[in-house]
Amino acid sequence: MGSQGGFGQSKEFLDLIKSIGETRSKAEEDRIVLHEIETLKRRISEPDIPKRKMKEYIIRLVYVEMLGHDASFGYIHAVKMTHDDNLLLKRTGYLAVTLFLNEDHDLIILIVNTIQKDLKSDNYLVVCAALNAVCKLINEETIPAVLPQVVELLDHTKEAVRKKAIMALHRFYQKSPSSVSHLLSNFRKRLRDNDPGVMGATLCPLFDLITIDVNSYKDLVISFVSILKQVAERRLPKSYDYHQIPAPFIQIRLLKILGLLGIGDKQASGSMYTVIGDIIKKCDSSSNIGNAVLYESICCVSSIYPNPKLLEAAADLISRFLKSDSHNLKYMGIDALGQLIKISPEIAEKHQLAVIDCLEDPDDTLKRKTFELLYKMTMSSNVEVIVDRMIDYMISINDNHYKTYIASRCVELAEQFAPSNHWFIQTMNKVFEHAGDLVNVKVAHNLMRLIAEGFGEDAAAADSLLRSSAVESYLSIIGEPKLPSVFLQVICWVLGEYGTADGNYSASYITGKLCDVAEAYSNDETVKAYAVTALTKIYAFEITAGRKVDMLSECQSLVEELSASHSTDLQQRAYELLALTRLDVHAIESIMPPDASCEDIEIDKNLSFLNSYVQQSLENGAQPYIPENELAGTWNINNLRSQDQHEFSQHGLRFEAYELPKPPVQPTVSPPSLSSSTELVPVPEPSYLRESHQVSSATSVSDAGSSELKLRLDGVQRKWGKLKYSSPSSSTSSSTSQKPVIGVTQADVSSSVNSKPRDTYDSRKSHVDPEKQKLAASLFGGSSKTEKRPSSSHKTAKASGNAVDGSQEPKTAVVSNEVHVNKTYHEPPPDLLDLGEQTFSSSTSLDPFKQLEGLLDPSQVTSTRNHSVAAATKAPDIMAIYAETTSSAQTSSDGYSIPSSGDDMNLIFGFSNATTNISHGETTTVTPLSQSIKGPNLKDALQKDSMVRQMGVTPSTQNPNLFKDLLG
Amino acid sequence: MIQFVLLISRQGKVRLTKWYSPYSQKERTKVLRELSGVILSRVPKLCNFVEWREYKVVYKRYASLYFCMCIDQDDNELETLEIIHHYVEILDRYFGSVCELDLIFNFHKAYYILDELLIAGELQESSKKTVARLIAAQDSLVETAKEQASSISNIIAQATK
Repeated sequence: MGSQGGFGQSKEFLDLIKSIGETRSKAEEDRIVLHEIETLKRRISEPDIPKRKMKEYIIRLVYVEMLGHDASFGYIHAVKMTHDDNLLLKRTGYLAVTLFLNEDHDLIILIVNTIQKDLKSDNYLVVCAALNAVCKLINEETIPAVLPQVVELLDHTKEAVRKKAIMALHRFYQKSPSSVSHLLSNFRKRLRDNDPGVMGATLCPLFDLITIDVNSYKDLVISFVSILKQVAERRLPKSYDYHQIPAPFIQIRLLKILGLLGIGDKQASGSMYTVIGDIIKKCDSSSNIGNAVLYESICCVSSIYPNPKLLEAAADLISRFLKSDSHNLKYMGIDALGQLIKISPEIAEKHQLAVIDCLEDPDDTLKRKTFELLYKMTMSSNVEVIVDRMIDYMISINDNHYKTYIASRCVELAEQFAPSNHWFIQTMNKVFEHAGDLVNVKVAHNLMRLIAEGFGEDAAAADSLLRSSAVESYLSIIGEPKLPSVFLQVICWVLGEYGTADGNYSASYITGKLCDVAEAYSNDETVKAYAVTALTKIYAFEITAGRKVDMLSECQSLVEELSASHSTDLQQRAYELLALTRLDVHAIESIMPPDASCEDIEIDKNLSFLNSYVQQSLENGAQPYIPENELAGTWNINNLRSQDQHEFSQHGLRFEAYELPKPPVQPTVSPPSLSSSTELVPVPEPSYLRESHQVSSATSVSDAGSSELKLRLDGVQRKWGKLKYSSPSSSTSSSTSQKPVIGVTQADVSSSVNSKPRDTYDSRKSHVDPEKQKLAASLFGGSSKTEKRPSSSHKTAKASGNAVDGSQEPKTAVVSNEVHVNKTYHEPPPDLLDLGEQTFSSSTSLDPFKQLEGLLDPSQVTSTRNHSVAAATKAPDIMAIYAETTSSAQTSSDGYSIPSSGDDMNLIFGFSNATTNISHGETTTVTPLSQSIKGPNLKDALQKDSMVRQMGVTPSTQNPNLFKDLLG
Repeated sequence: MIQFVLLISRQGKVRLTKWYSPYSQKERTKVLRELSGVILSRVPKLCNFVEWREYKVVYKRYASLYFCMCIDQDDNELETLEIIHHYVEILDRYFGSVCELDLIFNFHKAYYILDELLIAGELQESSKKTVARLIAAQDSLVETAKEQASSISNIIAQATK
């Protein structure tokens, strides 16, 4: 390809880029860019600009826009440039418009015509450029304008065009499925395209289509399986190999599709088993891309109809991932584990320590993924530990998006698995306290409902216990400063409803607290409304119970203040309170029956009880009622209140009467709808109620995996008290897996895996602190009690351990699926693909194991490579290891790198001498990577440097990195 | 699907942005600020993935340049990591030992290459050779096509006179 390092731009532009490169602050950069915008605005509108010049202006516009500034003044020029006949200019024009314009931009209509013309061009490059633009710019309305041509291009002679046409059609499908619904068969047809690139591209739309409608594509299972088989058998052209893996991107896509097609389909899944098994067996797990394919196979295995053999293989892969030193692989391992436990929950136990390690990892990403896994494996025996952990983490983070998410997860788990009322209330308190304002308001309403409904009829005692403990905890928490509004609403409601119910607290105590709340949060009207209504209820209950009511003075002043409030809602509540206290016992009892928040209200819609009254009025000469539909506007809510001796109001201007909430209505409504004015207190939608009843009672562990955030109240009732979820598997089986070398009943594979990576894994934390073990025990059902920790002699006997492993070498060679995680050590190199010099001697890692290894001679190091995995904590990324080279290189862990002053610890592409695919039981022919041929190309860098200097664009000293090769 | 591709230098300077979903200029600035804050502050050795909003961002550092791709929840992170590497390898082939400076001054070429690799947020071509061939064809044919175009238009112009 040769170096394309020439900078075709003008000095002016280079200066601009350079000056921006040298800015030290965003403000400075903005200043320069704004100046540039002014210049461009002036220049671009000059008449008769040479086209070459114009092209540069357009590129400068792209640059300005890329830096986040508005270049819309020049869009039209970019559009014009697409009209140009010159392909060079046209391409620039297309590039600019695809970067500038979104599909809904007005200017697009000006381009459609050009696109139409270009799609018909006989130069396939023009067609390609136009298709690129089509993918970005064509919207639902303009699809018909280009659709016929795009469809025609599906049969173009050039595969690049066919490929892009497929992608364009896919895009159309995403934008407007109906517009291309008649063309979907084209995707099937293109699946058989001779060009692998076109076939690969076709998999994108097919994946989307199959996601939506699995059944119409079942017939393709055989085709997909055979394609995958061919790919795995290296039947595709060599150029599709990527790091020695045959067309991995296509494999991944196919595995995804098969995963969809095999869901719950025994027959379809049956035809996939062989090929998936082959892939798992063959795929090289020492490269990142190999692991990507393996990960996808795990996903596929766990989504199709289960096959014990494959599940075992998948479990094995997961343990390799988890034991890897690479955070990336651990992350994928945790993710894969989360998928697999849906089918075989018992495998989680084997990995308990690894999971806990991930949980305590400083890497937030890994931690979150682990919480996700824990969420999926929560059951009543470990819910306390898991939710506690989640809450701790929730408190420690600032990211509101994730805080909300994890809070809702906590609530969900607590509601589903809570072991006791007390714990449940405490947990909810914590969640509300720390994330109250982020929690969905429905959660609060649900909590109220839960406390109100309790466990149903047969557990009245438990109900009142729940309520008492709620009241108690709320009273203790109520004094804390700055509680979230939602939480206060719950507190007020519960105190109002049940504060005095168990007789532990006097009405004056509770009312005092409520007044405090109303005062402390005086600018939160919702809270005040809740507080006043709570007061009303407490007084009503007191009167009903025959006790004398002494309104506290602060209470009185609060009510007085609120009755003059600007908020009509508050005012109304205050007046209601006053009115209520003046009524007699019987009236109050019927208006506010104690503990009746869950009673259904019977509504007599016909108002038949008024019949006699109406009759009487008519006899007295009143006008008969004219129904609403006959006389619009006369309908008046007042007839609802005719008990109050109102005359029917005749006509009037009241088209919509406002409805005064009648006190008796209130307590009988379901708890959340305390307020009658919806804008203040959200009332749960009716559908919500239904939802909670739909929840199946038999929530299995896998069920918990459903990410839907719904509150399973039914589940709670059943779950509580009973330990329905025993730990998924007996602890005995897990103990074996924890022993490092001892023969395990699992497949031969695991024994070798045990003997090596597990060693390293365990040895790394040969002093697992008891805390962790305890945690493991509580998370995984006490299995760690029986587990034997590997002796601490590992640490000291490391060197000899190496030798032992070395002697085991032949054994591992037989074993399939061995972990080929190798690591090379580098000085922090500047370059990414490090070639040329060996830096084996430069392993200056601080890791103690590493140092120990330094004592060994290099040949020994190779034989103990798996140990180095554990030791490689200094190396940035295990995934960066690409490609094994010959076994002849086995004399040392060759790392190539160019020593440099760079402080940049980059991703290292070590050409590690790898296990040379022992796992395949075949010797791979050595295909040196293309990069390995290429030297570090210092010459190029120097050339570039001198060229830039000639142009006067001296890169400033502060950024010498600019010259560093991205890939060494 | 890939939502967007970002190239950010270690100093937080933007080297390339490509958006496959509609983001307004304001949102783009916000995303860039947010993500460069998150990604640049991550120490080495951590995962190359960040969960961000309802997406995942996969990033990888090459010399002083961070390549970031934002993907959907159900996408394969390791694969994305390799798509990034695939792109870098193609850039490397094209520029011949690509360095950040190449991308700074030839960002439009980096765009052209990206357009051959990804389209509408999906990987369209996984063969390095094919991409390289297409780019080369564009680069070389641009010149000849230019001449042809002018000669053809001359002919047409003469013919239609």
